[in-house]
Amino acid sequence: MGGALRQITEFAPDRNCREDSALTAFALPTATEPYVPPTISDTHLPEVLPWLAEYGTGFGKQMIMIILSIILIVWFFKAAIKNPKLVPGKTQFLAESAYSFVRNGIGRDIIGEKNFAQWVPLLFATFFFVLLNNLFGAIPFLQIPSFSHAGSAYAMAIIIYGTWIAVGVKNHGIRYFKLAVVPSGVPGWIMPLMVPLEIISNFIVRPLTHSLRLMATMLAGHMIVMLAASGARHLIVVQESLAMNGIGIAVIAGSVAMYFLELLIMVLQAFVFALLTAIYIQGALDADAH
Amino acid sequence: MISNELILAAGAGANPLLPNPWEILVTAAGFAVLLFLVVKYIAPAFEKSYQDRVTAIEGGLEKAEAAQAEANATLEQYKAQLLEARTEANRIREDAREEGAQILADLKTKAADESARITEQAQRQIEAERVAAVTSLRAEVGTLATSLASKIVDDALENDERASRVVDKFLAELETQQNAGASN
Repeated sequence: MGGALRQITEFAPDRNCREDSALTAFALPTATEPYVPPTISDTHLPEVLPWLAEYGTGFGKQMIMIILSIILIVWFFKAAIKNPKLVPGKTQFLAESAYSFVRNGIGRDIIGEKNFAQWVPLLFATFFFVLLNNLFGAIPFLQIPSFSHAGSAYAMAIIIYGTWIAVGVKNHGIRYFKLAVVPSGVPGWIMPLMVPLEIISNFIVRPLTHSLRLMATMLAGHMIVMLAASGARHLIVVQESLAMNGIGIAVIAGSVAMYFLELLIMVLQAFVFALLTAIYIQGALDADAH
Repeated sequence: MISNELILAAGAGANPLLPNPWEILVTAAGFAVLLFLVVKYIAPAFEKSYQDRVTAIEGGLEKAEAAQAEANATLEQYKAQLLEARTEANRIREDAREEGAQILADLKTKAADESARITEQAQRQIEAERVAAVTSLRAEVGTLATSLASKIVDDALENDERASRVVDKFLAELETQQNAGASN
């Protein structure tokens, strides 16, 4: 039962059994139970299949949410455009606005009028996949952004990385790698410095920052939620002083503001992720333009 | 307040950079499925809806333009017809006026001819009657005057030859007088 509660709320109230609890005991007055701050391990819930198996050995909540997000995206957009009207209803209008935001706001503006059309589906799928999985972190019971797990962020970054390299090679042949790492208009003597820098920047750092930016912001947001929740619980339930209880309530009040900040960051990171995808593809398409 | 131990403890637990390979697999496969569905169904549907709207709006504009052009053409046609009708009416009125004038002139001529003919006929009749009157008068006046004169001169002029000569002379005088009077 305790495990099931953990599964849902993620905030394990009972951590006294943990072996390092003595180490991390937080020296607060009149504590009958030491405060144990949440750790990264707490974002790794036991698996669903097999039930409550150790994290990493089976099929878990995070994977369910990934699949749920795909079902929701496909269901919503298919339903919204099932019977398209010339004068759209509310749902169709919402879906069309969302689609044209990605199509025109990210695709056409970044990739350019000429080539953007074939990349709209990729950008659309990327943006809404990341957006919905981020927003899961703000929905009670789901309550964890899927991309706070590095694996998912790496997977997306690898797919995008492979895509733009393939685009570059397809459009410019093997010469693409030269175009990508040898900047034009730079004096020859500085090349030994520039070329390694470009290789590191374009082919090593780029996919790493692409994935880690998303993972780190989502994980940080989630850690803040966990910290605020477990801290507030400790202050209100465990502490006996009235002042501490009051501070606990203030923490909960303050976390409402954090919630909206998190919402903003979730949307913003999804936009940044899709925007960078478009920029990388555009860079590969027009590698010889600069 | 926050001990080093606490900070270290927060760093304890799993390394967030180490991925769960199953999550990589599920995310990549899931995204591939999503991308497939978007490419196959969702994006074409939205593009089609967009295109349909563009077509409909452009079609509507074209239709409106066509209707406008048609209305303009009809208006022009009506104007032309109206102008034609006015010209026609003017022409007819002009014709009628000319015709009327013609008829009037003809009637006048005819009336004048008729009156001239009547006048001439009347004069001829008058002349004929005058001649008849003169002839009859000459005979009667001669007889009357002779008988009157014979009564006055009492037989002096019983000789017929003389009497006839006197009468003729008298009548000739009378005629001369009359002619002089007529020429006056």
